[in-house]
Amino acid sequence: MTSSDLNWDAIVIGGGHNGLVAAATLSKSGRKVLLLEAGNEVGGAARTEEFAPGFRVSAVAHLLNRLHPDVVKTLELERHGLTIERGDFVPSVALSKTGPLTLHGAYGEVLTGASPSEQSAWKELRAQLLRYAGVLKPFLSRRPPDLGNMSLAEMTGLGQTALALKRLGKEDMRDFLRVLLMSVYDLLDEQLSDDRLKGLLAFDATLGSHLGPRSPTSLLGLYYRLAGEIGGLAGAQVQPKGGMGAVVAAIRAAAEKAGVSIRHASPVAKVIVEKGRAVGVVTQGGATLRARTVVSAVNPATTILDLVGPREVDTGFVRKVKNIRMKGDAAKLHLALDLPPQFSGIDAAGHKGRLVVAPSPDHVERAFNPSKYGAFSPEPVMEITLPSIADPSLAPSGACVLSAVVQYAPYALKEGWAAGKPQFLKAIMAQLEAHAPGIGASVRHAELLTPADIEARYRMPGGHWHHGELQADQMLMSRPVSGWSGYDTPLEGLFLAGAGSHPGGGVSGAPGLNAARRVIAAGR
Amino acid sequence: MNRHVKINSARTLTQSHFRTLRLGTPFQPRIDALALKQDWYNWAGYRAPHSLWDEELEYFAIRSQAALFDISPMTKYRIEGADAEAYLDRVTLRDVTRLKPGRVHYTAWCDDEGFVLDDGTLFRLSPTRFRLCSQERHLPWLLDSAIGYDVSVEEETEAVAGLALQGPTSFAILRDAGFAGVERLKVLDLAEFTHDGATVTISRTGFTGDLGYELFVPADKALSLWDRLMAAGELRGIRAIGYTALNRARLEAGLIVANADFTTSEHAIRTDRLRMPDEIGLGFMIDPDKGHFNGRRAILEARARKKLRHVLVGLEIEGNIPAEHAIVYYRKSQEVGLVSAAMWSPMAKRNIALASLRRPYGETIVDDLWVEVYAMRELQYHKLMKKAKVVPRPFIKLDRRTANPPADF
Repeated sequence: MTSSDLNWDAIVIGGGHNGLVAAATLSKSGRKVLLLEAGNEVGGAARTEEFAPGFRVSAVAHLLNRLHPDVVKTLELERHGLTIERGDFVPSVALSKTGPLTLHGAYGEVLTGASPSEQSAWKELRAQLLRYAGVLKPFLSRRPPDLGNMSLAEMTGLGQTALALKRLGKEDMRDFLRVLLMSVYDLLDEQLSDDRLKGLLAFDATLGSHLGPRSPTSLLGLYYRLAGEIGGLAGAQVQPKGGMGAVVAAIRAAAEKAGVSIRHASPVAKVIVEKGRAVGVVTQGGATLRARTVVSAVNPATTILDLVGPREVDTGFVRKVKNIRMKGDAAKLHLALDLPPQFSGIDAAGHKGRLVVAPSPDHVERAFNPSKYGAFSPEPVMEITLPSIADPSLAPSGACVLSAVVQYAPYALKEGWAAGKPQFLKAIMAQLEAHAPGIGASVRHAELLTPADIEARYRMPGGHWHHGELQADQMLMSRPVSGWSGYDTPLEGLFLAGAGSHPGGGVSGAPGLNAARRVIAAGR
Repeated sequence: MNRHVKINSARTLTQSHFRTLRLGTPFQPRIDALALKQDWYNWAGYRAPHSLWDEELEYFAIRSQAALFDISPMTKYRIEGADAEAYLDRVTLRDVTRLKPGRVHYTAWCDDEGFVLDDGTLFRLSPTRFRLCSQERHLPWLLDSAIGYDVSVEEETEAVAGLALQGPTSFAILRDAGFAGVERLKVLDLAEFTHDGATVTISRTGFTGDLGYELFVPADKALSLWDRLMAAGELRGIRAIGYTALNRARLEAGLIVANADFTTSEHAIRTDRLRMPDEIGLGFMIDPDKGHFNGRRAILEARARKKLRHVLVGLEIEGNIPAEHAIVYYRKSQEVGLVSAAMWSPMAKRNIALASLRRPYGETIVDDLWVEVYAMRELQYHKLMKKAKVVPRPFIKLDRRTANPPADF
């Protein structure tokens, strides 16, 4: 008997980290689960891939800063090879002509390179940011509140948030509500004076979204970042040994241990719908696989418009899905270098960290401006890691890997990316050369992934790593679309489990875990 | 002439809508000539007559002669393409796969929540070409619904003129006007005929419950069609009529009007005004076994969870005073609904009404219902509590509507 003869309890579409987490969680609950991955290996945008002979790099996501503790616990990832220790935390370094500024530990427990007054201002602001992000944190591991139709448990959950708000105290609660939808720029202006620090925070707040620091609500991006934690500490970040693929490998091991059947090179062509109910899938290879529940961990628009098809759902729903904004602005640069670069004024520890080129909030805003009109930033902002310094296995001996997330690279570039890519690469290299003189001469191979490339390679529409802009209007009960934010869809038996669902992207596993919990709670 | 005036007049020229407050239909020259009462209303942006010369006689033209009613303002969509059938099957409630070319059916369509957006008639002109007629405009909805279908949707309200010819002599008039073969049309059939070098689509349909036809013709052939019918009908009592007369006929036929007997979901501001098909007597259109259609999930869930809150019923009210917009009571005291249309029916010889009631009234509790009517007697209202009985619709059933071949009056 081949597995296609089996009737699966659940089929999970897409073997990105959320698909793996959902599949593993469902399997642990005793369900018979099949995971279908389109590519030749699982992991999606969290793979470690070779981009030049002997050079390997984390494909899109290169820093682990928000793998949800519930995911680690539920899947017992530590038993499957994932270890994160405090010593693994890497600093964030703001590169600047006037000398670097470094946030050590978990998002700047210690700040160096700044004046004493700035240090104490940061201490206060950091505490406040973490306090406020902490109010939002419980939302990450829950279904968004369904205001019309709340269960007792959900009501209690929301009540706890209200309580957390109240526990802030009157002054703080008022301030929390005051700043919630502010621009990060204005908040930073209120409390800090060092442009390097402000630039770094402005960059973090807007990373991965189509917002500039002066855009209203841009502060939410920083909260999202700080609501994440790793190794038990909010705001911390690590460069996983072996790249992000190692994290995926642990999740995969947990899934396999739990009994998930994983099938590679099996892209799904269609979700089978019978009388408003999803009952299985047809692969592009033509195999028909039936299941009680279908969980799609791929993009929500892809799921509804391509796999289900607009004919099986209502017009209003199609409208909403089509209106999800998901045009990415982030490009990914991979450099194979003959030797480790030397960033000016940065010590050895700094080179193991995250190096950020965002000298001021105004600089970030100026970098954002052209992207509104379909042009890339002439002086892009970026975060750079040199993963092979801590993990030499990623590069040939003596050589070095550079991995950078670069903004802003609008998905719909006016002149098209075929024409624009060499120009953009030149602009990026100019920035790198300014901070690490001589780096250009040591480049053995450069791979620049524009949003168009990310879309094609990782099946992320718009090349958007959140699978939908993560802004106020596409968060919580509006993610992926209003009315259908709780992982279920208008089709009975079809659930969404990808980053397009609440809470959003980044290697957290939270959408996958929440979706699986929803499937289990729904008794499917 | 000074410059200021010149500019002003140039601007005025480009703003003709200031001078013509409402659009005229392609038949307007003929209708204006007959409009002795100058009693107009706004029908979807067009100037349409309530009544042309005498409401009462216009009504009796429908029932005893033949009435010509301009339906050009009705919103018309041309829907064409390989997927037209599948598309309409998803957009509208009834099973379009069972609507054969050359046939018409009455249908309705809903939003995601299962609330009725509108009702209307769907004409299947060929296997791949349809005309959808409705009260309200729906182009954005229809276009967004077309995502994923090989179909084109175009509004043709202005390009296509429409006439309803209703009444016992309507068939004879068409025959005498030279539309050979029109006798073969059974109720809800349609066929194409030639007129003035163009094509006129004639269907045996109407909004009166009487023998009658509807004719659709390119706008530039409207006047010649009007003249052709008027000439052929002269000795058979053909009369142009306004909406008031038609509205009476449709009430006798038990037919509902969007935004009169129910509020369409895009118009409703208050959430409790929204209506599902089951709540306005259109539950018969729902076919859970056909393919997916807009609102299916919500409608079936509302049925399963017994969330339907209203019901539309026909009422027969004692006495002869029309109970227009009267409140309906249970045991003379508890408000349970509202009358949306009412009249003394000359054909049924009954005082009839359509009413929306809050379930279970009108559904399981149908006794002891009352309506409050006010009779004006020499400048004083008499408040009357009249007994109302739930009765089936239509209130009248005329054999001549469906007789084959149609009778030659």
